Amino acid sequence: MVDAPKKNGSLGQSEADQDEAHDGRRREFLYLAAGGFAAIGAGAALWPFIDSMNPSGDVLALASTEVDISSIELGQAITVKWRGKPVFIRRRTPDEIEAAENASLDDLIDPQADADRVQRPEWLILVGVCTHLGCVPVGQKATEVRGDFGGWFCPCHGSHYDTSGRIRKGPAPLNLDVPAYTFIDDTTLRIG
Amino acid sequence: MSSESSKFTGLVGWVDNRLPVFSYVHKEYGEYPTPRNFNYWWNFGALAMFCLTVMIVSGIFLAMQYQPNTQMAFESIQRIMRDVNYGWLMRYIHMNGASFFFIAVYIHIFRGLYYGSYKSPRELLWMLGVVILLLMMATSFFGYVLPWGQMSFWGATVITNLFSAIPIVGDPIVTWLWGGFAIDNPTLNRFYALHYLLPFVIVGVVGLHVVALHVTGSNNPTGIEPKSSQDTVPFHPYYTLKDSFGLSVFVIIYALIVFYAPESLGEAENYVPANSLQTPAEIVPEWYLLPYYAILRSVPDLLIIDAKLAGIIAMFVSILVLFVLPWLDTSKVRSARYRPTYKKFFWVFVVVCFVLGWVGAHPPNEKVFGLEWLEVIDVGRITTFYYFFHFFVLFPLLGKFEKTKPVPNSITESVLGASATEKV
Amino acid sequence: MQVLTKYVFAAALSLVVSSGTAWAAGEAHEPEPQDWSFNGFFGAFDKAQLQRGFQIYSQVCSGCHSLKFVAYRHLEGLGYNEAEIKAIAAETQVEGGPDDSGDMFMRPGVPADFITGPYDNENQARAFNGGALPPDLSLITKARHGGPDYIYALLTGYESAPESFELATGMNYNSFFLGSQIAMFSPLADGVVEYADGTPANVEQLAADVTAFLTWAGEPRLEDRKRIGFKVVIFLLILSGLLYAAKRRVWSTLH
Repeated sequence: MVDAPKKNGSLGQSEADQDEAHDGRRREFLYLAAGGFAAIGAGAALWPFIDSMNPSGDVLALASTEVDISSIELGQAITVKWRGKPVFIRRRTPDEIEAAENASLDDLIDPQADADRVQRPEWLILVGVCTHLGCVPVGQKATEVRGDFGGWFCPCHGSHYDTSGRIRKGPAPLNLDVPAYTFIDDTTLRIG
Repeated sequence: MSSESSKFTGLVGWVDNRLPVFSYVHKEYGEYPTPRNFNYWWNFGALAMFCLTVMIVSGIFLAMQYQPNTQMAFESIQRIMRDVNYGWLMRYIHMNGASFFFIAVYIHIFRGLYYGSYKSPRELLWMLGVVILLLMMATSFFGYVLPWGQMSFWGATVITNLFSAIPIVGDPIVTWLWGGFAIDNPTLNRFYALHYLLPFVIVGVVGLHVVALHVTGSNNPTGIEPKSSQDTVPFHPYYTLKDSFGLSVFVIIYALIVFYAPESLGEAENYVPANSLQTPAEIVPEWYLLPYYAILRSVPDLLIIDAKLAGIIAMFVSILVLFVLPWLDTSKVRSARYRPTYKKFFWVFVVVCFVLGWVGAHPPNEKVFGLEWLEVIDVGRITTFYYFFHFFVLFPLLGKFEKTKPVPNSITESVLGASATEKV
Repeated sequence: MQVLTKYVFAAALSLVVSSGTAWAAGEAHEPEPQDWSFNGFFGAFDKAQLQRGFQIYSQVCSGCHSLKFVAYRHLEGLGYNEAEIKAIAAETQVEGGPDDSGDMFMRPGVPADFITGPYDNENQARAFNGGALPPDLSLITKARHGGPDYIYALLTGYESAPESFELATGMNYNSFFLGSQIAMFSPLADGVVEYADGTPANVEQLAADVTAFLTWAGEPRLEDRKRIGFKVVIFLLILSGLLYAAKRRVWSTLH
């Protein structure tokens, strides 16, 4: 069907075949190059849309919050909102500090020393979200149930946390999270 | 019974035997026999489809950030433009995408008019296309209200007030459309809901449009049906590649506007927040609606109908006339290629449409070229008259009196000359 | 350059799109195009100019005009670092609260705060300005025909009214403004601010600086747009070339 162009009349059959094969390879290459390029372009075009769902500038701007802790009495706790989640700030009594420090690591589900969880022993700062399924544990007020270990108790599925916010009993696998925070001075705390 | 009859193997074959999606795609977009002689004007259907996809994708992501509330709408757009990651890009893509969608669709329509693609047996295919155009207009109108700028607000006010011209039920209809006594929060909220809904209705009608297309097969520049397999080529790879190339060029122009002149097709006034107490100096619709706006304003009192109602009727008829075009055109020959007289009038019609667009963008009493005796409205009246003359008088008469050129025997003959058909 | 590109692409589409002239032409002077650093395919803001412009906004414009869509954190785009932004924000007082007893209180601004305007609401703004409402400036270059060129022309276009012109009380003559009467008095004068970098503060310089700043305020992502756009267009040109070659190849096998 294909009549090879006979320019000088001496073009052999095999050369024509080679020509055709060469043509085919070039076509294949063009397909691959164009297809590959188009695929890269389509992928790159998707990224802006996906990224638009990430936190935007105004959301990130509120990612750190400053808290005045001067009015918190010994044994009291307050809850502040940080990144849309509750953060527990508890000023611990000496008894509570002692209980937290004396707990044997062997008794813990998620072993961690109290010293690794606080910057100043008097101040315990935690993300108030149960590590089981995201409920907010109770125990911020002295009148609330604080569980078997004097810390917090999650009403959803019964996890008990101690005075260092460590999981001691119940289904939660990990200790309450400690957010990044710094003391700007003795009365101002910056979370995030 | 051997049910495993698919030409595909493995997992694809297994699925295909139960849900023949792969067979369908292969049949309709792989081996689908397509006339071999398409020119680049045949790209615009695929380009319109691309635009619809881009609009839906960018629209969904914008909807995740937009607030359909009069207190927050304008501000939420600014948040998209400033704080949302790539929000500015998504919005520029979306707002200019509307323009490019209309460019693609208008060229697609004029292509159909030139080559007689609306003629039997493709009447329903054409009519479904007109439905898509109407849905696009409604969608773009609702969408333009959402930024809640001055042009959004007053454009919506003017267009919804059109319905008040309907005798007796006009005013209740307008109140019903608004959900109140002026364009306000309930209106914005429902327009947002409809703006989100209608594109998917368009997708549905586009589906029907494609099904109808694949029943009759595509028209082509000669306007004669393919007669042998020699007249057609498989859709893939011939037209997939040709469409892809055309698309790539189209996207270059689109990208140049999005990245280097994103506001060139918009109105500065729409960056002023909506103010229900102050109308802007001049209310201008988006460019793609300008010709209809011109017709609306050009019609004077007609007999017992006052100008307001007459204008609205004329505006709707200017689009609805497309529904009956297949029966208005009496010519036996499809393509303007073999209709020398129709070809001339076609180009007159194109010019008239452009002039109508220009008229729609100018105040009715402005002097044209500084001439004392010629106002914009005069030009509008002449061109409006021609618009209807073209459909209601020229189409029926041309078919009867036009002397057409000889039509070739086959597509292949028209491409390669008469000798080619005999050679094989 | 941008004028040119805008012209070419708009013109290609705009046989129908000639809406620009819809705006009551002939009633106001057309502003002259200026040579902005942010014009053209590779246009970018001059950060030093933006900082000078922000200084003018803070010391002059902010007396009457708000800038409500700009937050202090956005000033990063002017080349300020985090500490500088904190300091700028802290100079202002914003309303905070309610505190534990339910009262609102004033606190120093933080970067996340938006720039607060001089007036509590529109009525107050009108009351202080003889009934005229000073517009918010966040989008002023986008909301006016002619954009930055118009703002520059307006700021430098004050002159005394011609003999024949009847100027209403409290109005000022400016032929670039629609109707030539504007409630805003000429805001700029030589030396109205003192630049830290020693740039001579004549009216033209001041007008150019504050216009550049307002253009940034209207579209802080302008540089991203042009940078990404260039890559996209180059990519598409190569892709089109490849697709054209592939298409040619396939169609050449057809006889």
